[in-house]
Amino acid sequence: MKTLPLFSIALLSASALAYELLLMRLFSIIHWHHFAYMIIGLALLGYGFSGSLIALMQDRLIRHFQTVYPLAIALFSLSSIICFEITQTLSFNTEEILWDFRQSLLLLAVFVLLSLPFFFAGAAICLAFLFYKDRLNQLYAADLFGAGGGCIGVVGLLNALFPDHALVAISALGLCAALIAGIELKFKPITLASYFFCLSALLVFLAMQLQLAISPYKSLPHTLLINGMEIVSERSSPLGLITVVNSKKIPFRHAPGMSIASPHQPLPQLAVFTDADNMSVITGKAENIQQLAYLGQMTSALPYVLKPSDQVLIIGSGGGADVLQAKFHQAAHIHAVELNPQYIELVSQDFADFSGDIYQQANIDWHIADGRDYLTSHENQYDLIQISLLDSFNASVAGLYALNENYLYTTEALKLYVSRLKPGGYLSITRWLKLPPRDALKLFTTVLEAFKTPSIRQNLVMIRSWQTTTLLIKNGAFNAQEIAQVENFSAERNFDLVYTPTIKEAQANRYNVLKQAWFYQGAQALLSGDSQTFIENYKFNLRPASDDQPYFQHFFRWSSLPEMLSLLSKGGAGLIETGYLIIFATLCIAILTSLFFILGPLFRLPKNPSQTKLIKRRHVAVYFFAIGLAFLMIEIAFIQKFILFLHHPVYSLAITLTAFLVFAGFGSAYCKQFSKNAPSRFRIVGVISLIVALSLAYLCFIDDLFQLTAAWPLIAKFILSILLIAPLAFFMGMPMPLALNSLAQDNAHLIPWAWGINGCASVISSVAATLLAMQFGFSIVILTAVICYLSVIGQFPASDSAMQPVH
Amino acid sequence: MNSNPYIQFVYALVFCFISADESVYAVEDYSMVRKNMVQLIKYDVQSTRDYLDKDKLNAKVLKVLETVPRHEFVPESQIPYAYENRPLPIGHGQTISQPYIVAIMTDLLQLSPDSRVLELGTGSGYQAAVLSGLVKEVYSIEIVEPLGIAAQKRLQKLGYGNVTVKIGDGYYGWEEHAPFDAIIVTAAASHIPPPLVEQLKAGGRMMVPVGSFFVTQQLLLVHKQTDGKLINRQILPVRFVPVTGDH
Repeated sequence: MKTLPLFSIALLSASALAYELLLMRLFSIIHWHHFAYMIIGLALLGYGFSGSLIALMQDRLIRHFQTVYPLAIALFSLSSIICFEITQTLSFNTEEILWDFRQSLLLLAVFVLLSLPFFFAGAAICLAFLFYKDRLNQLYAADLFGAGGGCIGVVGLLNALFPDHALVAISALGLCAALIAGIELKFKPITLASYFFCLSALLVFLAMQLQLAISPYKSLPHTLLINGMEIVSERSSPLGLITVVNSKKIPFRHAPGMSIASPHQPLPQLAVFTDADNMSVITGKAENIQQLAYLGQMTSALPYVLKPSDQVLIIGSGGGADVLQAKFHQAAHIHAVELNPQYIELVSQDFADFSGDIYQQANIDWHIADGRDYLTSHENQYDLIQISLLDSFNASVAGLYALNENYLYTTEALKLYVSRLKPGGYLSITRWLKLPPRDALKLFTTVLEAFKTPSIRQNLVMIRSWQTTTLLIKNGAFNAQEIAQVENFSAERNFDLVYTPTIKEAQANRYNVLKQAWFYQGAQALLSGDSQTFIENYKFNLRPASDDQPYFQHFFRWSSLPEMLSLLSKGGAGLIETGYLIIFATLCIAILTSLFFILGPLFRLPKNPSQTKLIKRRHVAVYFFAIGLAFLMIEIAFIQKFILFLHHPVYSLAITLTAFLVFAGFGSAYCKQFSKNAPSRFRIVGVISLIVALSLAYLCFIDDLFQLTAAWPLIAKFILSILLIAPLAFFMGMPMPLALNSLAQDNAHLIPWAWGINGCASVISSVAATLLAMQFGFSIVILTAVICYLSVIGQFPASDSAMQPVH
Repeated sequence: MNSNPYIQFVYALVFCFISADESVYAVEDYSMVRKNMVQLIKYDVQSTRDYLDKDKLNAKVLKVLETVPRHEFVPESQIPYAYENRPLPIGHGQTISQPYIVAIMTDLLQLSPDSRVLELGTGSGYQAAVLSGLVKEVYSIEIVEPLGIAAQKRLQKLGYGNVTVKIGDGYYGWEEHAPFDAIIVTAAASHIPPPLVEQLKAGGRMMVPVGSFFVTQQLLLVHKQTDGKLINRQILPVRFVPVTGDH
């Protein structure tokens, strides 16, 4: 019996998945998150391409398997770094796509280049399936185990290394996979050693050339152009690359939303960039409290002037500007919650002298946590919960956050915040102002959905500067004195009222004059009772964000697109929310390319040599396409639900994705015994039924279960999640190897084609899942996946002539 | 092999690149294309008149746009697109605004021939050149040294003698030439620097385009009243009503 190359497959899969996740990180740094999403989504079509190509050339490739298999792995390793380096030299600019057709072509070139490493990885795996077709469920299991390891491994890697160094590490891991393949295939040691030496030398050479080329349109490179700028600290983690910049000549004066009438100026600051953009600051130590007076000139300072705040909770405290604002307003006790520990370390360790180490001061507690997680695990009540400007202005106004799930601004989140307010306490949410209004109005619709009582109108106040809006939700009704204070506060600072329980139209458009008082009118229309008509007629999507559809920043509406496009040259470019369009374009490209990859080989596939026991190709196509769609949709939708439960975006993803892959691996390994006894066709019905039953059961009960266990310690939550994922993933690991085994019996020539189809479906599925979730919510994604699974029951590609008409 | 679909796909891609390059047309007579550009702007402004509170832009502004050679303010690779109504990259991650936006911003400042204007963010110098033909003196501050030096040389070479460029921090304005009739802040700012407000004459106007590098989302026009009070106008540079059915 031939030795199976299980270790090389596992290591290759680990490297390929780690590479995929790392590319997300790298492209988020050098470009923006949503383009990272698009490029990598499309690059994964390399898997589909590998299937198509092997389908056409399988005889030749299999004859030379001993050479081609390790070669493909080595090529994955080298191309992973070379292709990334080449893409960096193609200076495509995302913002110009609306104007310049050539940018799309450059983007296409980027995606073709980046699909090469996945092509080689896919080719190696697919060839191994074909070559060892009698035991391919074991190979598939090794593939999944490896991928699981790669997922958790890359998180560890990103904690230890900068992303560019991590790329070299992953590339080196790929090379090790090639070496192991050589050992498994019993290469002569001397031959193997010499190849390995040469390739390692090449890798070292490539690694030395590697340097991240960040888009010049991001704020970090922009800032560094100014004389006297100096990077004083750089830290990296899976949450982002943080760069601290000191300006020796021209001080930073970052005070977004500061009143135009402010007599005060900001203190000296250090700039902190996350992923080379999204600037925030570490503020220099104030000699006296009056130097912080500029922080009282923001719209976010409103709650402090209404009432002295005893207990203040700041969600997303970052470099500490909101903490200083609370301090300036003499908050007695400040609880600062920040997800990224590196911010706290920077303020409290690296720049403690500069910042006066605000986080260590007597009345300040800091916690490393997600805001909602902190609130569910602590029972405190607050006078003020403050959430201010957590995203970058540029990306926000350009609509680039449309795809980002954000659980801080959902109906469920608002209910949680308000439930933790003392009687008379305030929730304060500050957002960038967009024209025409978007975030501000969506906050209203989300509030109305969360609190359906008509009296909620008495508990709301919103003001706006030219740049920001601040919404206050009070635990109780605003009284006349408070409303008078809001009016005075706004008038002194040139802010306008958007909504108070007693607002008059004349108060709504005085200092920052709009053509019409859109914010006021929108708020009135939404709070007047017939909010549905207004939402329907509004040209941006104002439907409330929920945990099932956590896309607060998704404002795009198809019905408005023609008008917006026609206004492109007339100053209307700012209306188009490109984030959504990008993902839609990704889906279209993925579908068209997949059709090409799937149909292309169909006409050229060799006829089955034996001419007997043929399987309908339609069945193969439908089956592998549907299970590809379904697997990814279930995986993505449940991972989203678990992220919400576990709260930490990176570690939750790592644990849940790994659990999915590893338990699917177990399922795949187990199904060999499974298929010995009865025809796979019957087995598949059982497997699919179990997947469907589990999915539907989770869909119905998982939210309640999560509610019940919300206060559990994190480790217990992790264990519960893994226990929940295990059975589902176990069965989800079976449909693919069961069918591949069935093909292997008499129709092995169809294996690469099936592999390619499955690869294409996975790409389409991941993009479609996001679009479906944006439009209908994650529950619908799960239901779609269930339908896909059910649809394959009659399509199992088996060649049993008694059961299946011969083609 | 031509019959191979994959090779054909690659050919198609290469063809796209080549044909895109061929669209780079040679323009001999720039004044004609400039006129065309201004015509387009006139037409677009008409359709935005509700928001600008006017049917057409000041004739002088349009006249100046017809004369300023925009192609001299963009890098060589962008010259073929210099008179298209779109923003263009000018290197160093900087951009030159869409001509339509430049026209509107300049118009909204309501300049007179004896105005003194301060500009923050010289960039390539195009906006300063446009202002130069409309006012008495233009003072422009650029924070990025290589850009500022290049713009200074360019403006000198093209004969915009009333424009003075300096490299430095614009936060405190330009005290020695203050007060200004108009200020235009094209550099990104997290807030409007209080010293700039002080250096604006009573009755003067300050223009701040707000948005990302390529896309202007709104125009903020700060009007300092004769009594020193400040009124902002937030102008959507496009005719767009966010709600259907109520207008």
